[in-house]
Formats: sequence, structure tokens, C-alpha cells
Amino acid sequence: MKQELGSHRPPLLEVKNVVKHYHGASSAPALSDVSFSVAEGEFLSVIGPSGAGKSTLLRCINRMIEATSGEVSFDGAAVTTLNKKDLRRLRTRIGMVFQHYNLVDRLTVIENVLHGRLGYKSTLSGMLGRYSREEKGQAFKIINTLGLSEQVYQRCDQLSGGQKQRVGIARALIQNPRIILCDEPIASLDPNSAKTIMDHLKNVSTDLGITVLVNLHQVNVALKYSDRILGVNRGKIVFDGSPDELSSEHISGIYGSESRDLIVDLGEERHANLPRNLWVAKANNANATI
Amino acid sequence: MRRSDPIQGGRPDIFAKRRNEGLAFLALMVVLTAGSVALTRYDFVKGFVSVFKAIVWGASNFYPDSESVRYLPDMLRKLWETVLMAIAATTVASVFACLLALVGSRTTRMNRFFSVVARGIASLFRNFPLVAWAMVLMLAFSQSLLTGYLALFFGSLGFLTRAFIETIDEVGGSTVEALRATGAGYFHIIFQAVLPSSLPQMVSWLLFMIDTNIRDAVLVGFLTGTGIGFLFDIYYKSFDFHASSLVTLLSAATVIVVEILSNSLRRVIM
Repeated sequence: MKQELGSHRPPLLEVKNVVKHYHGASSAPALSDVSFSVAEGEFLSVIGPSGAGKSTLLRCINRMIEATSGEVSFDGAAVTTLNKKDLRRLRTRIGMVFQHYNLVDRLTVIENVLHGRLGYKSTLSGMLGRYSREEKGQAFKIINTLGLSEQVYQRCDQLSGGQKQRVGIARALIQNPRIILCDEPIASLDPNSAKTIMDHLKNVSTDLGITVLVNLHQVNVALKYSDRILGVNRGKIVFDGSPDELSSEHISGIYGSESRDLIVDLGEERHANLPRNLWVAKANNANATI
Repeated sequence: MRRSDPIQGGRPDIFAKRRNEGLAFLALMVVLTAGSVALTRYDFVKGFVSVFKAIVWGASNFYPDSESVRYLPDMLRKLWETVLMAIAATTVASVFACLLALVGSRTTRMNRFFSVVARGIASLFRNFPLVAWAMVLMLAFSQSLLTGYLALFFGSLGFLTRAFIETIDEVGGSTVEALRATGAGYFHIIFQAVLPSSLPQMVSWLLFMIDTNIRDAVLVGFLTGTGIGFLFDIYYKSFDFHASSLVTLLSAATVIVVEILSNSLRRVIM
């Protein structure tokens, strides 16, 4: 269904030949010649070892990091050539979720969520934090959906990791984004909170039709939730396909030789609808291995 | 020196290394102390004896008597003036320091050049001693409250800018990234993320600076002939040790009261 959608319309996001060098052209590239496209509504996971370039890849899409060369086009706009003002306008339609949540800890949940509207505001009303009734209404609605209605007026430093990440997702959602970029959203969470967060992200994709692009450490999580998986190693895409197509050879290719345990995981994951506690055990296991 | 220990599998003994480093550091300190004592011909016995003598002299001369209490209204007026000057200098400096810090901080700077300029200004003001500021400004503004005010202002500006930059860099980074990614503008980010996260820490530095400046204001007053410091100078030079001791006690009491106040304020805001 989603594949068909992708073939009818032009892709929502297209990354073409993107290269990123952090220390000049002679150094090893963080990304070398990366190309892929993402269809509207797709749930796409990017997996790969630490330092493979996953975070860099994500940030080159909304130009939080400037690519050395290559093109990114999003929703028909050539992202890499936009001026400052147009880039800001573009970013309002790209949500972003971080490993460490990146909230203002001393502010309340509702204030942090409404930060997602700042991109739409004039300088003065944004500075003073003046939000319209509609914006506040929408914020409360999103907060309820994510199950945070009891915490609306709590300061974010009083929340658990899983709750903070839900605030992070709410801040992204209130932007009315076309796509949400998630950089290791569950890497600092315990397995149960991690599952909650991944379920919410999946709902965002299926219920709201928002495209989700998520960097992950855990292969089994990627297999369970994704429509499509990108495998990245040393700045190159070494796998691009559906979870069914991801074989143990591919995983060896993505993670190198020390992926024996991961492959065992993969075998079990495929053949059974895992009971809940096993899912937890898997998540722990994957955390330990990668 | 490099004995290997079978428990550590033949690798150099890290514990012995730590111990040797400790001993070397201790030896260095001893040499430095002994060297400077020899160079300055400091006499330990004489030093300790004179401290004792000073205490005896203080106890028999340097205390307030009924005569000196008559000057109290005059002293309190000057003390009030000095405290207000210190507070005004610090708060005004903190406003400018906040601006400089936003320009100078790595997370909020507009560009590298202005950042270097801001840090340069801060470092210049901070590293110039307060006494030097007072003496230089004395030439320009002569014996007036403004001289002391400006001396404290410049010193505080340098110090607070430095402290505020550290604060912003420490707390701001991740939220700045998040808000930039939502498409928020520069001033949105400053007012909605950077200031809310760093203000409590900044106010804490400001309170600390007020404490310090009230103490320093006495010294600056002494040098520039204003405020409570000037009174101390007059009494002391006219051998009225009772009155000058009362000035000292009043200043110390003020500093302690202000410190208690600012500590309780700190507990509320942090």
C-alpha cells in the first residue's frame, strides 16, 4: 500500500549524493555519497554501529549540519540552496526528536510543547511566548493523546525519561510536521518506556500519516516497527530494503563481524510473535551487544 | 622503577605509579615553600609571634567604646551609601554582562568575531585589578562616588560576563539545538530557552558578586575617599582606633547579613 503511494507521487524526501567531511576533504568522510528517498507516510529506520554517520545523516536533512556536497529536496523544495528565512520556514514542517530529549528542564510540559510553535511566530510574540487559544487547545489535545494530561503543569525536570521523550514528541507534533526525524529516541530509556515511545511513533505514522525517520541502535526494534530499513556503515548505505529482506549476512555487513548475537536475535524475532517479557529481554540484549 | 605485578598480568603497576606521582607532587610543594621562604628571608617564629602581638594590640586598642558610638549615625549613613553603590554597580554590570555573554557564548554567538571581541572585553576588565581601576578612575573623576561606582562596575562586568558565558554554555546547548530545529528564530531561542534555563544560575552569580562588591566597596572607598572606607581612613589616621574598629565591625556585620539574605534567596530560586 505504502510502496504504491510512493510510486504514484514524487517522494516526500530525496537525498542525493550527500557527502559530509568534518575535517576537510582529505579526512575520512562521515557520509560518503549517500542517496535515498522516502515516501509520504513511510516509517523508515536507519540502523548501524556507533559513529557510522546516522546522526550526521539525519541532521543533513534539516541542515542542522551542513552537508559538504550533494542535494536534499523535501516536499519539492531544494533544501540545500535555501536562504536563512526559507530554511526556517522549511524547518517548521520537519519535527525533530532527540536522544536526550533537549527540553528546557525548568519550564513546564505545556510550555515545552508550545515551543514547537515558535517557528510560526513573529519575533515579538515568540519572545514573549504569546500563543493563541487554538495553539493551546491543540497542545492540550496532543498531550492527552500521549498520556501526559496529569503532568501538563509539571516542570520537565520532575519527569521520567519516558515522559520527557513524550514531551519531545508532542513538541514535534504541534509543529504540524510532514516528517519527524528521531535521533536515537530510545537509546537512554528502559525497555518498557522504549516500547511506549516506539508505539507512539508508530501511531504517529499510521494514524496521522506523518513520515517518520528514526535512527536506532536496536536491530530487533527496527525489524518490528519499520516499513523499510536503511543500514549504514562508515558513512555509506549498505542496505536499503524491507525488514523481510534483511538477512543475517546484511546485518554482518552493517555491524561488522561481531554481530553473532544480533543474528541469533533476528532468527527468533522472525519466527514467533514474541511474548512481552521476551521483547524486554531482547531490548536489553541488543543494548548490550551493540 | 617499573616493577610488574603478577596480578596485573605483567603490565606496569598503576598503583605504584599513582603513589609515585603523589610523592613527587608533595616534594615539589615542599621545595617551592622552602625556596620562597629562603628567598624572602621569612622568619617563621617571628611571623607567628607578630600575629600573636597583633591580637593582643587589637584586644587592648581596637574595640569600639562609648565615645565612638556617637559617630554611629554618620557611619550608618555612609555605610548605606556604600552598600547602595555596590548593589547598583553590580546590577547594572549584570545587565551589560548578560548581553556580552550572549554574544560571547559558543551556543548563542552570532559569529566568531564578535564572540572573540566579547570574551576579550571580559578578560581585559577581569584581569585588571580593582585597585588599579580605582586609581586610574580617580584621576578622571576625582574624589566622588562615581569613581568607586565605576571601579566596581568594570570589575563586576568582567567577572560576570565570564561566569554568564560558562552558565549559558553549560545549560543551553541541547535546547538551542531543539528550538533551531523547529524553525524558531534567534530571539525566540534566547528568550524561550536560553534565559529560562540559565537565569537562576545567573542570579546566583549576581548575588555572589553583590556580596563581594560590598566588601570591596569598603576598600575602594578607602582608596577613592568616599563612603564608609573613607571614614575608616579618617579615623585610623587620626589614631581614633575605637571609631575605626566600629567601622570594621559594621562592615563585617553588613556583609554577613547580605550573605545570609542572598543564601536564602538562592534556596528559593534554584
